[in-house]
Amino acid sequence: MEIFQNILNALQFGSFYALIALGYTLVYGVLRLINFAHGDIFMVGAYIAYFLAVTLIGATGGFNVGLHVSPAVALAITVPVTMILTALVGVTLERTAYRPLRRKGANRLYVVITALMAGLVLENGNLALLGATRKRFPDLIDKVVWNIGGVAVTNLKVVVIVAAIIVFAMLQFIVTRTKIGMAMRGISYDKFAIPLMGIPLDTIIVVTFVLGSGMAGLAGILFAMSYPILEPYMGALIGWKAFIAAVVGGIGDIRGAIVGGFLLGFIEIGVVAVFPSTLRDLFAFSVLLIILWLRPTGLFGVAETTKI
Amino acid sequence: MKKTTVKILFVVLALGLGAFALAGCGKDSNTIKVGFNLELTGDIPKVGEASKFAAEMLKEDINSKGGLEVGGKKYKLEFVYQDNEAKAESAVNAALKLINQDGVVAIVGPNSSKQAVPAAATCNDAQTVMVTPWSTNVDTTKDRPWVFRACFLDAFQGPVATNFAAKQFGAKTAAVIFDISNDYSKGLAEIFKQEWEKKMGAGTVVGYESHGTKDQDFSAQLTKIVAAKPDFIFVPDNYNQVALIVKQAHDLGYKGPFMGSDAWGSAELMTLCGKDCIGQFFSTHYAAAGAQGATKEFIDRFNTKYKYVPDDVAALTWDATRLVLQAIQNVGKVEKDVKTERKAIRDAMANIKEFDGITGKMKFAGTGDPAKCAVVVQISPEGKFVFKQSVCPE
Repeated sequence: MEIFQNILNALQFGSFYALIALGYTLVYGVLRLINFAHGDIFMVGAYIAYFLAVTLIGATGGFNVGLHVSPAVALAITVPVTMILTALVGVTLERTAYRPLRRKGANRLYVVITALMAGLVLENGNLALLGATRKRFPDLIDKVVWNIGGVAVTNLKVVVIVAAIIVFAMLQFIVTRTKIGMAMRGISYDKFAIPLMGIPLDTIIVVTFVLGSGMAGLAGILFAMSYPILEPYMGALIGWKAFIAAVVGGIGDIRGAIVGGFLLGFIEIGVVAVFPSTLRDLFAFSVLLIILWLRPTGLFGVAETTKI
Repeated sequence: MKKTTVKILFVVLALGLGAFALAGCGKDSNTIKVGFNLELTGDIPKVGEASKFAAEMLKEDINSKGGLEVGGKKYKLEFVYQDNEAKAESAVNAALKLINQDGVVAIVGPNSSKQAVPAAATCNDAQTVMVTPWSTNVDTTKDRPWVFRACFLDAFQGPVATNFAAKQFGAKTAAVIFDISNDYSKGLAEIFKQEWEKKMGAGTVVGYESHGTKDQDFSAQLTKIVAAKPDFIFVPDNYNQVALIVKQAHDLGYKGPFMGSDAWGSAELMTLCGKDCIGQFFSTHYAAAGAQGATKEFIDRFNTKYKYVPDDVAALTWDATRLVLQAIQNVGKVEKDVKTERKAIRDAMANIKEFDGITGKMKFAGTGDPAKCAVVVQISPEGKFVFKQSVCPE
């Protein structure tokens, strides 16, 4: 039974990697830019969700506006509002940090460094604003533990896994079946020729950031509900790992992000299940290294001449 | 354009250097400077905050009476707080800064062993007294004549936990989950495993799993532990991780008890952990609920001033700082030269045989480690740490 339990654990943790990796891959697919601030956008999403949730249910720690809605209603409001607000954070970042550099025709390397700095600004800005004290995310759904033949399943785990798969299907549909998706793919081929065809480059880029950051916001809520302790640096490590997952899957390809995310989840949990847990990261990343060694462009990636 | 940029850079650099030069000056002969190397940000900010609060309270007490009396003359106290970000390397830097730039006569902290062990090496090399309030790892003071502590050791805490759990839960088997990158957690886990197997026989620790400091998901480790069906799980971890571990174990269908160590005892544990932690036990330095005498007075004053019941770190910082001040008073005079003063304080520290702290009586037998009692508390439904048992060294 242990093996089924671990598969479930891996699916849950892999879902978070996948949701965050999707954001990396979308932005990279369109702009050829590694948005290193993405992990921290995820963190901001979790904090936005926290403040919305405590304000709505009237718990201490939020803005006291005298609201006392039931947790279920609070969750129904928190999810879309958090996604919208986090998307706004992503767009603002693009507007203030990346677009000016792109306009000036800066080399992509400088934009990547800017992204790293933007991530640090978000982390330390949060630290300065809210202090180092951790926040505890309130319980918005009543936890139910089902025991199916020795395998413990919580309702939250199911929600997380289903959400990751729905998001993947939705993004895959947008990118491969819609006009906006076609424009996104077009930009990734040639961002100089596309505007000549009458496609508004900046609008498409904004849409990309909205999608990527919105998913980070969703990941933030789900993560905060599963691991309800928030701190300013929570996005850094998981962001890095999700980035690696995106690269292993083949950065720029949505299927790659989801496969890479779940793969990393399975490897991490699998290593702990078989070997002493001390060796987890060592083994997990050695395996990923071997995959990249065999397929340098990732599982779904296509070879390209210029990359960062 | 380029020239101005260079000029501006130069000015900024010059200002920066100037600030360094100035930082070392300004020693006033009527003040005594004590340094604090605390976890003000990072993983366990509440620990650093509690320490600082306790120290500030003590400083105000003494300074409002005109200062600390040494050899018939009153000196004002100046406490310098440095943040070590709850990181080992930053703790070393903070200690060096306190010693070299701020010119303090002695240092209190760091609290957690992860920071205290490396910082203690630095202080010992720089010949400055360091007293850690909360670090229970043996390596902190081992072969370091300049380092002292105000708490018991893990070698004492480990058996307290095993004996209590064996009796309270009627347990035959145990499982351990600990933080591999934290000296404290790792050390205590090893001692516990050794003690338990000595008591119950080989193979009775059915799960022995580790994790990293920044981990948030423990499901794989806990799945292994839950599958081994231990009678209880021992979690010598920091309170922030405890909250996640206990919750995730419950998510995996574990219904048995947990036994914790003194790193649980933060005022923030219950805000983070909530109802999952109710009813669990842990060993600690003092129990706030039901305290008497000087301890109660301290708790009440702290509570009125900072609006929460002080945790063990606050109480131990109070004791550790008082130990340092006692040593300064025992020297009998304040030396002009800071190095001579530090040496005099170390000798005075080493000569303290017994000290009556608010966390209990401490007896020093020639080393920096006191012999003192531990208590085991249970978390009540209201989130209070209720006294269960007191265990004293023989």
